[in-house]
Amino acid sequence: MEILVCVKRVPDTSENEIEFNPEGNDIERDELVYGVNEPDNYAVEEALQITARVGGQVTVVTVGGEDDEEVLRREMAMGASHGVLLADDAFSGSDARSIAAILQAFLRKGKYDLVLTGVQAEDGGAQVGGMLAAMLDYPFASLVNSIEVLDGRKLRISREVEGGNREVSEIDLPCVLSIQTGINEPRYVGMRGIRAVASVPVPTYGVTDLALDPNTVGETAAKVKRLDYFLPALGNGAEMLHGSREEIVARVADLIAAKGGLR
Amino acid sequence: MARIFAYITHRAGIIDDSAAELLSAANKIDPAAAPTAIVTGSGAELDSACASLCASYAEVWKLSDESLAYPNAELVRKALVNVLPPGSIVLAAHEHFGIDLAPGLSIKLGAVFASDLLEIEGMEGLLLKVVRQEFGGQVSAHVQCDISSGAVLTIRPGAFKALAISPANGQVVDRSADVGTLTAGRRYLETVVAETGDIDITKQNILVSIGRGIQEKDNVGIAQDLADALGAAVSCSRPVVDAKWLEKSRQVGSSGKAVKPKVYLACGISGAFQHLAGLKGNPFIIAINKNPKAPIFQVASVGIVDDLLELLPELTNKIHEMRKVAA
Amino acid sequence: MMETIQSPAQATYWLVQGRELFLSIYVLGSACFFYIVARRLAPLLRGERDFRFDRPLRRLRNVLQFWLGQWRHPRYRGAGTIHILIFAGFIVLATRAFWVLALGISDGFVMPGLSGTTGHVYGIVADYASTVVFLCMMIAAIRRLAFTPARYSVPARYGKGHPADAIFLLALIAILMAADSLFQGSKAAALAQQGRTAEFLPVLSLPWIFKDSLLSTPLPTLQSLHLGAYLVHGLTFFFLLCYRPFGIQFHVETSLFSLYFAKLDRGTLKPVRWGVSDEQLGQVKSFGVKKFEDFTWKHMLDFYSCADCGRCSDNCPANAVGRPLSPRFIGIKARDYAFQHYPMFGSSANGKALVGDIYSEDEIWSCTTCGACEEECPLLVESIDKVVDLRRGLVDDGDVPQSLQRPLKALESRGNPYGKMEKKRADWAAAPQFQQTCAVKVLNGKKADALYFVDSITSYDDRMQAIGRATAEILHHVGQDFGILGAAERDSGHEVRRFGEETLFQALRDHNTEAITASGVRRIVTADPHAYNALKHDYKDVPPVEHISQVIARGVKTGTIKFHPVDNQSDVYTYHDPCYLGRHNHIYQEPRNVLDAIPGLKRVEMSRSRDRSFCCGGGGLMLFYEPKEEQRMGVKRVQMAAEAGANVIVTACPFCMVNIEDAIKVAGLEGKMTAIDLVELTQQQIAQKDPKAA
Repeated sequence: MEILVCVKRVPDTSENEIEFNPEGNDIERDELVYGVNEPDNYAVEEALQITARVGGQVTVVTVGGEDDEEVLRREMAMGASHGVLLADDAFSGSDARSIAAILQAFLRKGKYDLVLTGVQAEDGGAQVGGMLAAMLDYPFASLVNSIEVLDGRKLRISREVEGGNREVSEIDLPCVLSIQTGINEPRYVGMRGIRAVASVPVPTYGVTDLALDPNTVGETAAKVKRLDYFLPALGNGAEMLHGSREEIVARVADLIAAKGGLR
Repeated sequence: MARIFAYITHRAGIIDDSAAELLSAANKIDPAAAPTAIVTGSGAELDSACASLCASYAEVWKLSDESLAYPNAELVRKALVNVLPPGSIVLAAHEHFGIDLAPGLSIKLGAVFASDLLEIEGMEGLLLKVVRQEFGGQVSAHVQCDISSGAVLTIRPGAFKALAISPANGQVVDRSADVGTLTAGRRYLETVVAETGDIDITKQNILVSIGRGIQEKDNVGIAQDLADALGAAVSCSRPVVDAKWLEKSRQVGSSGKAVKPKVYLACGISGAFQHLAGLKGNPFIIAINKNPKAPIFQVASVGIVDDLLELLPELTNKIHEMRKVAA
Repeated sequence: MMETIQSPAQATYWLVQGRELFLSIYVLGSACFFYIVARRLAPLLRGERDFRFDRPLRRLRNVLQFWLGQWRHPRYRGAGTIHILIFAGFIVLATRAFWVLALGISDGFVMPGLSGTTGHVYGIVADYASTVVFLCMMIAAIRRLAFTPARYSVPARYGKGHPADAIFLLALIAILMAADSLFQGSKAAALAQQGRTAEFLPVLSLPWIFKDSLLSTPLPTLQSLHLGAYLVHGLTFFFLLCYRPFGIQFHVETSLFSLYFAKLDRGTLKPVRWGVSDEQLGQVKSFGVKKFEDFTWKHMLDFYSCADCGRCSDNCPANAVGRPLSPRFIGIKARDYAFQHYPMFGSSANGKALVGDIYSEDEIWSCTTCGACEEECPLLVESIDKVVDLRRGLVDDGDVPQSLQRPLKALESRGNPYGKMEKKRADWAAAPQFQQTCAVKVLNGKKADALYFVDSITSYDDRMQAIGRATAEILHHVGQDFGILGAAERDSGHEVRRFGEETLFQALRDHNTEAITASGVRRIVTADPHAYNALKHDYKDVPPVEHISQVIARGVKTGTIKFHPVDNQSDVYTYHDPCYLGRHNHIYQEPRNVLDAIPGLKRVEMSRSRDRSFCCGGGGLMLFYEPKEEQRMGVKRVQMAAEAGANVIVTACPFCMVNIEDAIKVAGLEGKMTAIDLVELTQQQIAQKDPKAA
């Protein structure tokens, strides 16, 4: 099975406090550490496990620039056979729809049985996978937390729905799935693995290679534009408690008793 | 201004809370508009849902088809594409069904897409200005969308307060005939219900909820001690389940359980939206987190910046003390 | 003169003359033995190379100390004494055995050099030796049957015990002793009956006992006994010889080699591949041990040499708390694997992955590398290198527990396992109040005589930063000109290496080495024993390193540091030896000297102290691993302190502090037991300099 996984390089913000840059139009990125978007990493691991069971190869692709090549190499170190970078000045400022269009143009050049994306990236959009599927006219499923390959070009998948329940469906290949974290336990990739793939060529395709009309991508084509970043108003936030820990503990105990009662 | 539709999900004939929120969101886009509710399904349950919606929506489009008895987003999308007028604005809730339906719908309609909206500020010419969050809720962003060719927008459940609306006496319009033949490459098989485990957190009055801040499995006992002292139960956010420190049945959130406690202690929980989505009924939230900028402090009733590993044992002792006095 | 009774060489055994019979037995037996040994050597020839042929004199010294001197054995008094006696007996009897066997081919054979008086003296010694060995066999058998020590038991998950086999072997050796003694005794009895002089048999020796009880036995019977005993002796000897390589008794042959080839540089780790420099490592296709043949020949030899005595596991803290690790079975399972896959006949079936087959992942990740196993083993078997090699294999294949992936990623991108920003690494020293009393130099451009290598936990952990500040204050107090690397410092990588991530370790090491060299310091001091061990053994080309306890001890000795008496005279202190300060680096006494120099401080020793200290739970990456265990190591340790009567535990390692403080809470001893670091105690007790004298 030929599997394509769309990955994205994102800043690791879980441990770091976000600050704004001096201009105020973006977050301060100088000291951020970047890595592959976590759900995308789960998707690659899932793809590798599927091909280990049924044969085939995994290709990882990303839309970006030079800096983004490192996540391709990391996923190749994990086991993906091919990495592809879709880069062109014309792509900058693209909204999600344009990203999907760029990926669609790349997909048309090859023949992939299964396309995976992570459920969402750092912007919380959760959009590229679904858009790409619609553009390709492939069936789609989001929030996938298990995949079983069936005979006859079909998969049995389950989706994560409310209450921790799982919605089980059958889906035809080729299809697009967006993968939820926790679907598997991704294998470790260390510096050694990354060095081993350091010299594997990563082809780069631009607007012309993909036969894209530059007016359909990038800044000019974007119909969704982020204007700024700002800190949410803390106005109606929590009443912060101050004082010694003893005082705070006493206050909290009283509040619990008052609001919830002690059984 | 284009026509605004609100796609409403329902279960066993009971409409989702988001119906009122979508109405409120539509109002922000165009205060003059009367949005149309659109529901899919089949049989008596669908009729029941339509009837409920008539109380708040002026017009309710009913799309009834046997194949739509279970809401399969792939089929619903096709039905909507066949039925919606070009350039429409479609609203849906940003939860598992909306996530499944909306992006693809925007492509098929040729409409712009924006998801998980927290606020809709209104129109500026042909551009709709909205507010989203990024980086797990740590920053907000103003976003503008060109809705001239229509839009598909999903809103964050709970972000839009229901408006006080006078009963609408809505009409049900049956558009089932226009739905067309519905087939899709994805076929629903069944729903596997999550195991309840030994404790049902949805029935608890007080929950001691832990997040990544608990740091390691061995520390879960600290929360359990407090829960025991309070006569409460321990619940958690997603990362704790991913790390396999607690079973899935303890997870609160959009992909976990919806809980309605009176008091919710959020310990070491950052406050990501997906988790908060599981909190219903406006509980009294006490948030304990080392990071003063954690998003949870925006929604909590009371906040404490401290190390939960130190604070919780002291709180447990205090509760024991109080019980002794009371006894 | 007519022989009283026939000697075996001349006698006829069932139509075959003795000489021919025994020659055949010896030739067949030896051929069998050499064949078996050759088959046993087969996997070693396929194993990885191991450079063990250097420094022959040091190696001979090890042989003298540990083989001949049985140095480790007395650590277990009972078993040790028995073994020393048996071993001494074997050494003495080796010559006797050869002599006796030679008699079967060459009648009247006398061992060269042992004719005349020397021969008689030797005979007496040998007779007592075989008596002692015989008695030891009896005692050992009774002990094995009636008073089996717990460490011999085999938990179900590791396999089955072999009590019958053990008794069988003891019985065979006893038979060997008895047969030889009977051989001598029967002849002596015959000669005595005829009034002729016999070989002198010392009183109460086994041969003497036989002689004495056979004095009235008819001659033909004596003849049969004599010849029979000889045959039994020969057969038993060669049976044992060929049987030993099939079990733990193989150590009789292999121990000499095992001890000669033992690791000389304790504290270091084996390189990924001997003979491959760090720069060349990129060319190595596979890191670590994944299949059996990835072990070096010396490690395979260790598997053969293990006597299954259980001393290692008896002292292993992971084993004690119910983790799935037992160092004994790391070896025994591998040995059984070798026996099974390299059979006596037929081709060898090999190449399977070991983890998932004979080892489990949890087993391999459970080790804290504390070194208790290696400290105990009488055969100097190296367990740590094997575990690290197995971990290297797992890391190479990406099989790392999820809980460890996060800190490893953080170490790679931020140089510390917490994911905190590099620029905040020196914040502990920049606290305003602290800065005023004790300014700490950051060596970016500035110079200093010494480097205080802080390492990650002391830099970033709120609680451990106190250790950093106390250390800085002490260094100031003794007048040491020092600085820190600050944001340029990375984690020492000590645990990174021991968890099998060699590439990341080397990146951290190279970065730190560059920063240290650029700073121009002449010495390094640290309060973190893991950093100490890394800088001492894992790093090359860095200035010499000391632990802060050594600096303080020196200050106490020279009078630079004077202590005022403890406030609370009723406190009882005990010192917990950190693994990487004590066992791995033999720094036991200095911290004790410091404590004993504090007036009024009452100190007790836990029963497990110094080289028998019990690991607190481990440091570095081990703090992130989630082991399956019944209890925490720290809790056991804290209970040991309570048993010793102490209410204050003094540690000299930030990781010990984390584990012990945590354990005090978990054990429910909060308020009854406290922990304090040596530097904190020192700082607290340093007599304030007389302000007038300043």
